[in-house]
Amino acid sequence: MLMKAEELNRVLYVDLTKKDIKVKDRTDLFDAYLGGSGVAIKLLEEECPTGIDPLSAANPIIFAVGPLTALYPSASKTVAMFKSPLTGNLGESHCGGRSAMAIRLAGYGAIVITGSSDILLYLVIDGDKVKFRDASSIGGMDAQTVGRILREAETGSGVRTIIRTGRAGGKLVRYACAVSETYRHFGRLGLGAVMGSKNLKALVISADKSVEIPKAKRKEYRTVYDEIQDVVVKTDAMEKYHDLGTAGKLYEMNKLGGMAHKNLESASAPESIARELSGENFANKFLSRRISCSHCPVGCVHLASLRELYAPGHYFKTSTIPYDNEPIYAVGFMLGMEHAEDCLRLIDAVDSVAMDIISTGVTLAWATEAYAKGLITKAHTDGLDLQWGDAQTYLAAIEKIVEMPTEFYQNLAMGVEHASSVYGGQDYALAFGGNEMPAYHTGIACYINNLTGARHSHLDSAGYTLDQKLIGKEFSIEEVVKSLIAEEEWRQILSSLVVCFFARGVYTSERVLKAMAAIGLENWSPEKLEAVGRDIHRAKMNFKFREGFDLAKLRIPKRIFEVPTPHGLLKEEDLRKAIAVYGEMISAQK
Amino acid sequence: MVKKLAVLDVNQCIGCMECMFACTRREGRAGFDKSAIRVRSAGGIERGFVVVVCRACEDPPCAKVCPTDALRLRKGGGVILNKDKCIGCGFCAQACIMGAIFWDDERDKPIVCKYCGDCADYCVHNAIGLVDV
Repeated sequence: MLMKAEELNRVLYVDLTKKDIKVKDRTDLFDAYLGGSGVAIKLLEEECPTGIDPLSAANPIIFAVGPLTALYPSASKTVAMFKSPLTGNLGESHCGGRSAMAIRLAGYGAIVITGSSDILLYLVIDGDKVKFRDASSIGGMDAQTVGRILREAETGSGVRTIIRTGRAGGKLVRYACAVSETYRHFGRLGLGAVMGSKNLKALVISADKSVEIPKAKRKEYRTVYDEIQDVVVKTDAMEKYHDLGTAGKLYEMNKLGGMAHKNLESASAPESIARELSGENFANKFLSRRISCSHCPVGCVHLASLRELYAPGHYFKTSTIPYDNEPIYAVGFMLGMEHAEDCLRLIDAVDSVAMDIISTGVTLAWATEAYAKGLITKAHTDGLDLQWGDAQTYLAAIEKIVEMPTEFYQNLAMGVEHASSVYGGQDYALAFGGNEMPAYHTGIACYINNLTGARHSHLDSAGYTLDQKLIGKEFSIEEVVKSLIAEEEWRQILSSLVVCFFARGVYTSERVLKAMAAIGLENWSPEKLEAVGRDIHRAKMNFKFREGFDLAKLRIPKRIFEVPTPHGLLKEEDLRKAIAVYGEMISAQK
Repeated sequence: MVKKLAVLDVNQCIGCMECMFACTRREGRAGFDKSAIRVRSAGGIERGFVVVVCRACEDPPCAKVCPTDALRLRKGGGVILNKDKCIGCGFCAQACIMGAIFWDDERDKPIVCKYCGDCADYCVHNAIGLVDV
């Protein structure tokens, strides 16, 4: 079925309480804010009342794609927005797989899910038809099994996305994630818990349409498409992300001394561990397949194959496990793993229950250190003896975070910020703005990024990249903050179009404008993109402030000042100053 | 030299669907509702992908069951669709056990590969390509 490009303006509103839908034309939002993050934050402002409990029916879930989705290579991401049950403010998470293509070609620019169902449901969005289906038989199931069952139960094979939660979502673990296409995640900030609170187990969204390129634009569109395709394939993105994948930079980062190891006991694991957990080792021993998101030729997704004897008498099982930079950091480096196999087992376990792996790894790393220091005991851990590198015990701990047999695990399921506020050990509880930290200990920029980024994600402003560029150079705090804000503002445009950040080198301002013009989106300029990027960023920050986020009250764990970065030891006064400068700069330029 | 499209090495396929998008792009659309090629997982992505596309049979079953002679044999294998003759009965699609005849719901007629190679031009991992017949 053919649709016009402007049908991106259609927003599907699904009310889970009334089990009813409506479709509204929101040209107003898409014209002003493109799509993705820009439209999602505006919808969140409209739909999310101030001060609500993130796990109440009043919290909306918004999925949004953008004007380049399904039209250009590597425009392959979907943005989810909600109020985060982990941080209590902005929840924003991005996912690839087939999600973006399916939403756009089902005929929507965004989907808004409100209310809460009385029974466990899954939602089928089959183009214009929306169906509410009973999910009570798949409630307690892991994310992979749910995917397999829905793949067979529903139509649309190959041209659909299946976004689902695992057990952690149903149990309201605050950092439960949602999984699409088995190996991709809306990882951060607890979308899975919000789905769980709504009694929504999964969404199956099938594409049944295509977008018409206006006749007068077809030649131009093909020319621009080919230029972008060419750049995607020929830039270093292809080699960097396809060959070893994101895991390819682990070894070098560790060598640089910017990789948190054992709850940041140091910023560099011993050489033998770094080799064992390197992208090269994973590729040589376990890589079984590389796959990609829809409409992206890069193929950055790396799947490992792990064959294990699980019972005497030659009973083997072979598991396919996705690996990336962040999971290897979080349950490998952070938990002191000495074997890549153990790291894969932990990734598999976290993926099955569907939790954010960074939050899980960092929370368990804190628990291990607090246990070693005697703040918590076996009475808390339900008998588990948490020790670095002990994968079996961590597997049991992951299970207990989901099942919560003791109060201690109920607290762990709320994240490290919360758990450390109960048991102490805040000096080494590595959360920033309430979100568990990414791998990097590269310098001041990565921590300004962690503290001030709207999502407290390393991808907000890539402080770790800036830190590496600044090694050996003179710089002022003002320059660093200014540069990070500019980066985060520009990334709002990328996540509104929506293109993958891995293709950020391809989608320069100039090329974005060409791509937009070739599908009839004219009257945009570099200045207008810049201004809209700033507006979107400020809208996200304002949502955070509205919900109680306060730059002056940010907790900074002391640990980060005790371990040298590649720039030497960081000073708390510098970081506090940077936060203040950040506050001044974003309020001066509204 | 007459060419046909071939799956050169399905293990190289990363499931990006660029071939499917390229096929429909020929008609000025972004999507795959006009595509004569489809990539799907072989029962879960961990098993890899299946590329479904016309293999240009020398003695094509689809042509044998066409009641209106709308599918003409192509030199070197495969068929050429004469849309004027086609009544949309769907027998051809049923006769292809590969499932390589797709359906155009708007025109209610089959979508048959033309072996133009547009899809292969966008397969940067060389999973598919044009080969001499």
